[in-house]
This record gives sequence, structure tokens and C-alpha cells, in this order.
Amino acid sequence: MSSKMQSSSSIAQARRTVQQLRIEANIERIKVSKASSDLMRYCGEHAKNDPLLMGVPASENPFKDKKPCTVL
Amino acid sequence: MRPKYMRSPLIPEMATQEVQLNETLAHLKTESETLKSKLEEERAKLHDVELHQVAEKVEGLGQFVMKTRRTLKGHGNKVLCMDWCKDKRRIVSSSQDGKVIVWDAFTTNKEHAVTMPCTWVMACAYAPSGCAVACGGLDNKCSVYPLSLDKNENLAAKKKSVAMHTNYLSACSFTNSDMQILTSSGDGTCALWDVESGQLLQSFHGHAADVLCLDLAPSETGNTFVSGGCDKKANVWDMRSGQCIQSFETHESDINSVRYYPSGDAFASGSDDATCRLYDLRADREVAIYSKESIIFGVSSVDFSLSGRLLFGGYNDYTINVWDVLKGTRVSILFGHENRVSTLRVSPDGTAFCTGSWDHTLRVRAICSLI
Repeated sequence: MSSKMQSSSSIAQARRTVQQLRIEANIERIKVSKASSDLMRYCGEHAKNDPLLMGVPASENPFKDKKPCTVL
Repeated sequence: MRPKYMRSPLIPEMATQEVQLNETLAHLKTESETLKSKLEEERAKLHDVELHQVAEKVEGLGQFVMKTRRTLKGHGNKVLCMDWCKDKRRIVSSSQDGKVIVWDAFTTNKEHAVTMPCTWVMACAYAPSGCAVACGGLDNKCSVYPLSLDKNENLAAKKKSVAMHTNYLSACSFTNSDMQILTSSGDGTCALWDVESGQLLQSFHGHAADVLCLDLAPSETGNTFVSGGCDKKANVWDMRSGQCIQSFETHESDINSVRYYPSGDAFASGSDDATCRLYDLRADREVAIYSKESIIFGVSSVDFSLSGRLLFGGYNDYTINVWDVLKGTRVSILFGHENRVSTLRVSPDGTAFCTGSWDHTLRVRAICSLI
């Protein structure tokens, strides 16, 4: 490849990088304190519906151990 | 005598053009560096507190006892991937032995088995309808198999080849319907395909190395997905435009797994650097690291419990670590597998989670029932 072709493709690559960075630099952001309290609020609102967090009564647990049957 | 194209340009104008190209390149590189600094500056301005500090006022979690409720045996080699059916009881798993098996996790019965033409089936996924599964790996393809109610029917006969990459398939996922599949590949790209026609609908370029994992945003959040790769980056993509909208590079090694937080506002990642991390999309930064000095083996897969309070991580040291997402502390460590945990998913109704391992088995675990 000629050095001119190499430069052209490096330039194309560099242009794409700059374009990508421009997009990323300009997005709207919120403070970590606000983001954190939103995450906490979501956890709090959904905690009671989280079986792995709260546990479930044995009668409702689809994966409870199968009890062996006794043959009378 | 050097070949013509290697000799210095005889015409002065050509020499000037070369210099101009080099100047443009240098100029672009400088702008690139300036933008990177600006990005860091903007992110830092909003970094007013740590998540675990805000979470100090949250009640701590008690002791967790999670037991293995079912062990699924049948694969002849390492289990590489698994996925739950929306019916919360069926599971599809794929293995290095080239087999894809559909299980009823309640009864542990095998309902279907397909033998793929390749070994190392690294990816598998259940269709939202429950009527088909997708899988692929070293064959560089993603194929869809409709599941027949007739146990005697040869599933391989109805196989549909959907995706074609130029390197291994690392992950696949149906979108909101059975009609589209998203794939990631060792060829460094992700792609969106139409299942019926096999047509490429959109491709996603931006990773500098193999893409290892992907996860779709919860449907309420809109058309985005996140991918992680060997370039240590996690990228968030707009599915319609193919544009990378956010990129995060804080891991120190390959990112093996990415999973959205249930609200869609954040995602977790697991890496060969032995850490899991949480990235908030609206703050545009990493907001938590889940790590311990004693944990030195890579994380292969991560998933959240239904409320997002717990993060489960499957590790290469055969264990599962359970993290308090808000406080950043580990709440439990689970044993049982006899080799690497390679895949981990919480069931759709959040009552259990399943892990697959290089020990050839899958284990379904649920919390100990309250009396």
C-alpha cells in the first residue's frame, strides 16, 4: 500500500474516532447523587416482589424439594 | 531501482499533498485527545458522591441461604451457555460437546436435544414465544430451530440459518419477538438479523476486538443494547441507527458478561479482571465496583435479582458470589460446581437462578423457603 493510501485510511479512522467522541462528549448527564438515589428507589419499590431477596412460602416455591411418598 | 510507488514523488504538488495529509492526521489526533479530556472532565464534574455512600441509610441484607434445588445432568462436555424460557420452567443449554438441550427444570426431564455440526456451541437463546431456540458458536453462524411437540421429529431438519459472521458467535438474543435476533461475534461486530429471511438489518461496528457478550435493554427503555468485548470496552448501541451512543472503558481485562439493571438505567459487567462493575447510563460513568482482594479469578457471567438489589456473579474459581448492588458488599458465596461457572441467569419470575459449568452440569438454585 502506498504511504498516501495508508494516510487516507488512517485519516478515515481518525475522523470516525473524532466523530464518535463528539457524540459522546455532548450527551446530557445527571449527577451521581441523583442517579444513585434513583437506583435505590427502584430497589426499594420492587424489593417485596423479589423472591430471591425475600424468600417465598414453601407452598409457593416452584422449586421446592419433592417430598418422598410413603406407601401405606 | 525501487518500485515506482515507493520512490519520492517527482512532482512537487504530490509532495505537498502528502504533507497536508499528515498534518490533517496530526490535527485529528490532537482533537481526539482534546475530546477525550473534555469527556473525562464532564463526567468528573457530576461525580459528587459514591453510590455506596448514598446507600448507607439503606437497611442491610441478612444472611442468605440458597440451595441447589435441581441438578441437570446430560451434557457430555463443558456447558457454555443457557437461557430461560418465558414460561419460567424450561431451560435451553449448549455445550462444547456440540449439543443443545431443552430441559424442563421442574422435572429435570430433557425435552429436546439437537446435535450441532460444530463443537463449542457458545451461545444459545430461547425465543420469546417458547416455540424455538437459537444457537451457534465455532460455525460462525446463528441458527434457529423450531421446537416440535412431536418428540420423534428430527429438529435438525427444520433448522434455519440466520446469522453469518466471519468469526465465532459469542452471544445471541431474540429481540421482543421471534422475528429478530441480535448477535455478537469474535469478528468484532454485533448484528441484527431478520429470522425469516436471514437478512442483515443492521450492523454495529466500534469494538476493537472480539465482542463476547450482549444484553438488550428492558423493553420499556427503548431500542438499545449493551455489548462487552476483549477491548475492555462496554458499548451502548442504538439499534435503529447502528450508532454507538455511550462507551465505558474502566475494566482492566476482557468483559465476559453484561446485563441491564431492571430499570434500564444502568448495567453490570463481569470481567477477567475479577471484578463486576455497575455503570449508570444517565450519569454516564461507573458507579460501583464489586471486588475483594481474595477474589482473583475472572467473572464469566452476571445477572440481577428482580428488584436489582442483588447481583449474582459466576466465577472461574467454581463459585458464585452474591453482591449487594447498593452497598457494594458481598452477601453470600455459593459452592457446588466442580469446575468454572460459565453461564448464569435468573429465572423470568425471579424465584430461582440457574448456572451452567465446565463440570458438564447445570444447577438451579432458589432461596431457602420461609416457614
